[in-house]
Amino acid sequence: MWVVSSRMLSIRNLKTYFRTPKGLARAVDGVSLDIGPGEVVGVVGESGCGKSVMALSILGLLPRPPAYFAGGEILFNDQDLLKFKPDEMRRLRGNQISMIFQEPMSALNPVFTVGNQLQEVFQVHRNLGRAEALQNAIDMLAKVGVPAPERRVREYPYQLSGGMRQRVMIAMALACRPALLLADEPTTALDVSIQAQIIELMTALKEELDTAILLITHDLGVVAEITRRVAVMYTGKIMEEAPTLDLFDAPLHPYTRGLLTSIPRADASFETESLTEIKGVVPSVAALPPGYHFEPRCPEAIDICRAQAPALEEARPGHRVACWRAAHA
Amino acid sequence: MGRYLLKRLWHTVYVVVGISIISFFFIHLSGDPVMLMLPGDASMAEVETLRQQLGFNDPLYVQYWHFASRAVTGDLGVSLYHRVPAIRLIMERLPASLELAGAAMLIALVVAIPLGVISAVKRGSLWDMSSMLGALFGLSMPHFWLGIMLILLFSVTLGWLPTSGRGTLAQLVMPSLALGLSLMAMFARLTRSVMLEVLSLDYVRTARAKGLREKIVIGKHALRNALIPLVTVAGMQFGFLIGGTVIIETVFAWPGVGRLVVQAIFSRDYPLVQATVLVLAVIFVVVNLLVDLIYLYLDPQISYLEQK
Repeated sequence: MWVVSSRMLSIRNLKTYFRTPKGLARAVDGVSLDIGPGEVVGVVGESGCGKSVMALSILGLLPRPPAYFAGGEILFNDQDLLKFKPDEMRRLRGNQISMIFQEPMSALNPVFTVGNQLQEVFQVHRNLGRAEALQNAIDMLAKVGVPAPERRVREYPYQLSGGMRQRVMIAMALACRPALLLADEPTTALDVSIQAQIIELMTALKEELDTAILLITHDLGVVAEITRRVAVMYTGKIMEEAPTLDLFDAPLHPYTRGLLTSIPRADASFETESLTEIKGVVPSVAALPPGYHFEPRCPEAIDICRAQAPALEEARPGHRVACWRAAHA
Repeated sequence: MGRYLLKRLWHTVYVVVGISIISFFFIHLSGDPVMLMLPGDASMAEVETLRQQLGFNDPLYVQYWHFASRAVTGDLGVSLYHRVPAIRLIMERLPASLELAGAAMLIALVVAIPLGVISAVKRGSLWDMSSMLGALFGLSMPHFWLGIMLILLFSVTLGWLPTSGRGTLAQLVMPSLALGLSLMAMFARLTRSVMLEVLSLDYVRTARAKGLREKIVIGKHALRNALIPLVTVAGMQFGFLIGGTVIIETVFAWPGVGRLVVQAIFSRDYPLVQATVLVLAVIFVVVNLLVDLIYLYLDPQISYLEQK
């Protein structure tokens, strides 16, 4: 049986709901996920499956209201983050847990220099003076492969390319050597060639700083490249969770199989193999179908799927799946 | 940055020349000042003589040329009514107008920005709702009514402040308050809506994700960006305040440019009207130039784009 050595972050039955004018949106609905120290875990799923909300829940960055926690706990080194006071949470952010976002242009403040925005992290968490913080900022930029960092610190975000901006974001996130990095679609907005560089950089820094990474993406290629374990999310729930190789080799859930077969393959021939798609669309979390949410789209649904959602159960050692057929196959 | 300023200065020249032409021709459409200057029983010959003397029989473009060529040397003509150089009359009144506009703007901004920021941060709270309701009242109250109410309260009932005139700080309080209140209301609403927009942006989330104190997230990261549209509106409003405060000047017997120009219009003192319009236009343009300078400081991207 596959066991987590020590659980640095343990999300238990997390329920993050939103009160919306259209009704209650169960964005994250009973998710459990563990991340060990230095581990890289992927969370994949289509847009709107709740993967970003889960990450923002960990850092307490959701606007409340409309968001609220309807249940569960987020244990970080055995302390429940959901019970933290705002100031305790603030001290943790950017220090022990950091986050990088999808769009590196809008994530940086347009009216302050790169150096200014980077040195703030050292000022707030390390109590460094201005000059010392700036020197640290320069060192950090050098570490993430920004050329001429002494000059770059005086530049503004609009003077940098997308890839450089994402490097700055990574420098900012890793400045205080956090135990955990939440990476929300860090490569999605970048050119393909830059994507590879950023993934390479994250992998290298992870090794150097021993930072665990929760990688949120819809890009299965990126997941295959750097994660050791991966969870597949759909309408706020985990459908399948397994060691990455295992998941790619022998996916158990029809949804996971659908995701995997919808990746274009370079070796596929156009005449014989067409790209498979998952029929239907992701339902809005504010208007979910009754019963099992994936059932209407599932090609293999059986009677019980219509009546009741399957629980996430271990089908093989270390391989959990929420599917009536797969779990008991 | 130097090029940006030169370009702006050059635009300023265009604008001032344009305004002088437009205002010159409009004023000459408004009627015959000679008829007003002479007694009602003056003969046609007398009228004609005076016209000839004042150069009103020349074609308009010749008259404009005379006006413009004297204007560049600082001579804006002689007031027909007061019989002194127009520029002297304006310069006598201008400090009072600047003082009033400056004080009103200062009161408005100092109160409105914190008010709007707190409303945005505490959106939907009792504070937010009551201050925005207050702002609505501030916007809806006519200046003259507010002025009279202030006089009734602070001068007549309480006896704290003098009713009118200019010279002491106490005399400045009520006119600037009466003038500034609607501005305050407008800026508070503007600050709130701009801040709400900025607070929802990604870089504010990044600032929070870094673990910065809320004070810095709002006071530095959000406010700095929200100030850009505020400065634009404040600059324009300041321009209007210099010449457009006739009502407040009348209620408080404030010796500003507003009353001067209205009197000049009624007495068809067209050299004075022309001169005042020109001076106000120059002030308006200069204020906007200052606004552009503040932009350079607030938004580094502007000077960067200009260089390109």
